[in-house]
Amino acid sequence: MKLTKTLMATTALTVAAAAAHADGHGMADSMTLVSWGGAYQSSQQKAYVEPYLAMNDGVSSTWDESSAEAVAKLRAMNEAGNVTWDVVDVVAADAIRLCDEGLALEIDPDSDLAAAPDGTSAEDDFGDLLVSDCFIPQIVYSTTFGYRTDLVPEGVDAPSDICSVFDLETYPGKRALEKRPINNMEWALLCDGVAKEDVYDVLETDEGQDQALAKLGTIKDSVVWWSAGADTPQLLADGEVFMGSTYNGRLFSAIVEQNQPIGMMWDAQVFDLDGWIIPAGLSDDRLARAKDFVKFATDTQRLADQSKYISYGPARASSAPMVGQHAELGIDMAPHMPTDPANAANTFLYNYEFWADYRDDIDAKFQAWLAQ
Amino acid sequence: MSDATNSGPVLSADGTPLKRSLARALRRQKMRALMLIAPLLIFVLVTFILPIADMLWRSVENQIVTNTMPRTVVALADYDGASGELPGEATFEAAYYDLYIAAERKLHTRLGSRLNYEQTGASSLFRKSGRGLDDIGEVYMDQFEDLDKNWDEAEPWAELMGDPAWLEAQGKWQKGQTQPTFKASGAIKELLPRTAEQYALFAEFQQVDKDKSPLREEPWSAVHTALYQDLAEADVSGYTGPQADLLKAADALVASPDFETVTFKAGFEEIDEDWMDPEIWVTIQTYSPELTNGYFLNAVDMQKSPDGAEFRDERERIYGLLFKRTIFMSMVITISCILLAYPVSYLLSNLPARSANLLMILVLLPFWTSLLVRTSAWKVMLQQQGVINDILVWIGMVADDSRLTMINNQFGTIVAMTHILLPFMILPMYSVMSTIPPSYTRAAKSLGATNWTTFWRVYFPQSVPGIGAGSILVFILSIGYYITPEIVGGTTGTFISNRIAYHISSSLNWGLAAALGTILLAVVLLLYWAYDRIVGIDNVKLGG
Repeated sequence: MKLTKTLMATTALTVAAAAAHADGHGMADSMTLVSWGGAYQSSQQKAYVEPYLAMNDGVSSTWDESSAEAVAKLRAMNEAGNVTWDVVDVVAADAIRLCDEGLALEIDPDSDLAAAPDGTSAEDDFGDLLVSDCFIPQIVYSTTFGYRTDLVPEGVDAPSDICSVFDLETYPGKRALEKRPINNMEWALLCDGVAKEDVYDVLETDEGQDQALAKLGTIKDSVVWWSAGADTPQLLADGEVFMGSTYNGRLFSAIVEQNQPIGMMWDAQVFDLDGWIIPAGLSDDRLARAKDFVKFATDTQRLADQSKYISYGPARASSAPMVGQHAELGIDMAPHMPTDPANAANTFLYNYEFWADYRDDIDAKFQAWLAQ
Repeated sequence: MSDATNSGPVLSADGTPLKRSLARALRRQKMRALMLIAPLLIFVLVTFILPIADMLWRSVENQIVTNTMPRTVVALADYDGASGELPGEATFEAAYYDLYIAAERKLHTRLGSRLNYEQTGASSLFRKSGRGLDDIGEVYMDQFEDLDKNWDEAEPWAELMGDPAWLEAQGKWQKGQTQPTFKASGAIKELLPRTAEQYALFAEFQQVDKDKSPLREEPWSAVHTALYQDLAEADVSGYTGPQADLLKAADALVASPDFETVTFKAGFEEIDEDWMDPEIWVTIQTYSPELTNGYFLNAVDMQKSPDGAEFRDERERIYGLLFKRTIFMSMVITISCILLAYPVSYLLSNLPARSANLLMILVLLPFWTSLLVRTSAWKVMLQQQGVINDILVWIGMVADDSRLTMINNQFGTIVAMTHILLPFMILPMYSVMSTIPPSYTRAAKSLGATNWTTFWRVYFPQSVPGIGAGSILVFILSIGYYITPEIVGGTTGTFISNRIAYHISSSLNWGLAAALGTILLAVVLLLYWAYDRIVGIDNVKLGG
C-alpha cells in the first residue's frame, strides 16, 4: 500500500515536473536534425549541437542522414500529414524548391535570426546569401577541381585554368565530372569562348546548350561521371582519374587529412550555399524549439566555430574574420576556404533562378546525350 | 410418422434445418480461413496493392491546374492558341484573381513547378508573379485609401460586406472556437458581386488558414480591385445599408476622370514579358484537364502539342532507349546467370551431402554480404588501376597505357549484377535438380545412350522447371535494379530505374516517375504472360 502511494506520488511529481518544464519554455524537448552525414555533419554536431545541448538541459537531439533526399521525403511526409523532422540541412537550390512547394516555413531574418555582435541585423549580415524566404544559410562551399600532382606531365605547369579540364593533349588522363548538367555546362561554354557574363544568356538557347554539349563531347570518352561527392576523392586517390570536380571540403580532407598527392585548382569554382530550413506543419512546441535552435546555431560565433572542423566558409560576413585554425591539425583554415581572396579570383555563383527554370529541360537533353 | 418427417425440411441435431446448419458451418470455416490469412492480406494490401494503385493514379492525375486556377481554365476554354494571339482581358482578369489567392496560400509556386515540366521558365514566372500581383491592386487600393482611411481598415469593410447575423456571431468569436462562416449581406451581393466573392475568399483565408477574425484584418488589394470593377459598372445611389456614405464617395471617385486605372493585361506585362507570349497560355490550357496522358507521353519520349501527340526532339529522347537497354541487359544477365549456375547446381545436387553443404555455404556467403560492399568490391576489381588490370599488366597481356575499361559501362554492370543475382538462380535450380532421381540417367546409359544424349534427352528436360523459376526471379529482379547500375553503370550501363529514382528524389516529377513505373510494371506482366504462353507457368518449380 505504502509502495503504491509512493509510486503514485513519484509519478505525479514527474508528470508535474515534465509539464512545468514544457510550460516553462513552450518548447519540445527533443528534436530531429537532418544532415548529410560524414565530416560535415560531425562539424555541425561539434560546433552547434553540443554547445546547444549543454545550454539546454534535458533537450536531446537525433540525426537523420537524409539531406540528399530531403525534398522528396519532406514532400511525402507532408502528404502523409506527419512531419517527423524539426530542422533540415539542405542546399540552397533545394531550399528554394521546398519553399516553392510550401514545404518549408518562411522565416523573418530580423526576428528569427540573431544579429551580429556589432549590432548589424541578420539580414544585412547574411546579405545576398538569403536566396530564399525559407533559407537560413550556414556555409559557402564550392564545387571545384582537384588533380593528381604526381601525374602532371613533366615540363608542364600544374593546371591552374579551368580549360585544362578540356585540354587532353597537355594534361592526358581521365576526368571525373558530376553526372548532371549544372556546372559542367557553364565550364564547357566558358572554355568554348563564351564570356563569363554571357554564359547564362547563351545557355538559355538551344544552340547554346548544343554548344556546351559539343564541348563536353570532346572529352566525353575520357570522363568518369560521379553522383556522390565521395567518388572523386576516391578516383583521385586510386589514380583512376587525373583531375575531377567535387566539393572543396572533400578535397581538403583528402589532401590535408589523408595526405594524398592531390592539388587544388580553384579557377572558375562554383559557389553554392548550404543551410537550414524548418519544415512547414510543425506543432507549436516543436516549432519553438526548432526556431530557438536555428537562431543559436546560425549566430556569428557558431558559424565561425564550424570552420574549425571543415573547410567551408561561414555564411555571415561577421564570422569571416573569426575563422581560425583547424581544431585537430592546428593549421590555418583561411587559405583552404573557397572564399579566400587568393582562391576566389575567378568564381561563379550557382545561378538558382536559371537552374530552377531550366533544370528539367537541360537535364533531359544532358541525360539523353550521356546515354547515346 | 414417417410422413411427418418427410414433409418438413431435414433437421440437424439441434433442431435447425440441416441446410442452414451446413451453410453456417461452411461460413464459419470460411471466416476462420479468412482470419488466418487476414494479417498477410492486410499487410499486402497496405504495403503493396495500395501503393501500386496510388502510383497508377499519380501517373494520370493532374488536378493542380484546375484547382489553382479555376477561373482561368474556364476563361481559356475557347482560346485558340494556334492563332498566335493572346487571350482576352477576361482571361487576364481571371488569372489575376486566381493567382492572387493562390499566392496568398502559397500554391502558385507549386503550380509553377508543375508547369515547368512542360514549359521551361514557368517556375520563375509564377514565383515572380506571386510577388508582382500586388502592384495591380495597389493602384486602386492607394486611391481608395487616399479618399478615406476607412478603406484600409478591417471593420468598415466587414460592416459593409457582411450579413448582420454573421457580423454579430463573428464579433463574439474568441480564439479556440470555430469561426462562423462568412455570409455577405444580400444587398451587397447583388450590387457588388465581384467584391462579395473576393471578400468571401479573403474572409475564408483569414478564418481557415490563419485562424484570424476578418473583423481585425484589413482586406488585401484584390478586394479593392474587385470593388473598382464593380463600382465602374454598378449604380450604388440606391444603397442604404451600412457604410453607404463610404461606398457612395468611392463610387464618385471611380466615376471621376482623374481616377487611375490599369488593365489586367498591362499589369501582367509589367510583371513579366513572358505573359505576353501565347505559349504560357497554351500550356495552361493544354494541361488544364484533371486527368492527363501527358506523363505517359513523356515516358515514351513524346509530348503534347496543339496538333496532338508528337515525338520529342531527337536529342531529348531517352526513355525508349533506356527501356530497351534495361530489357536487353536483364536478358543478358539472366542468360549469364543460367550458364554459370547450371554447372554449379548440377555439382551441388550430385555431391555427397557433406561437400554439398560446404559448397552451398560458399554460394550463400556473398548473399549474406551487403549489396553495397559487393558492388564496391567489383569497382576495386575492375577499375583501370584495379586488381584485374594490374595482374594483366604484370603478366604482360595488356600494355600499361592501354588498360582495359571494364567498369562504368555495360560490361561492368553485367558482371556485377550477374554476381549479385547468381544465388537466385542457383537455389531454385539446385532444389529442382536434387529431386531428379539418378536412376533415370543410369537407366538411359544402361540402354546405350551416350553421355550427351543422357544429359540432353533425360536429365536436362527434368531440370527445365528450375531454369524457368530461376530465370523469372533473376529477370524480374534485374529489370528493376537500381543501386548497382547507379554505382558501376557509368553512362551506358544505367537502367530505367535510375531515371525513375531521379524523378522521385531530384526533379520531383512524381507523375512522370509513376508513368515510367507503370510502364515497367506492364512490361514485366507482359513478359510473364508471354512466358506462361510459351513455356507454361506450371513448369516453374522452386523445389520438390
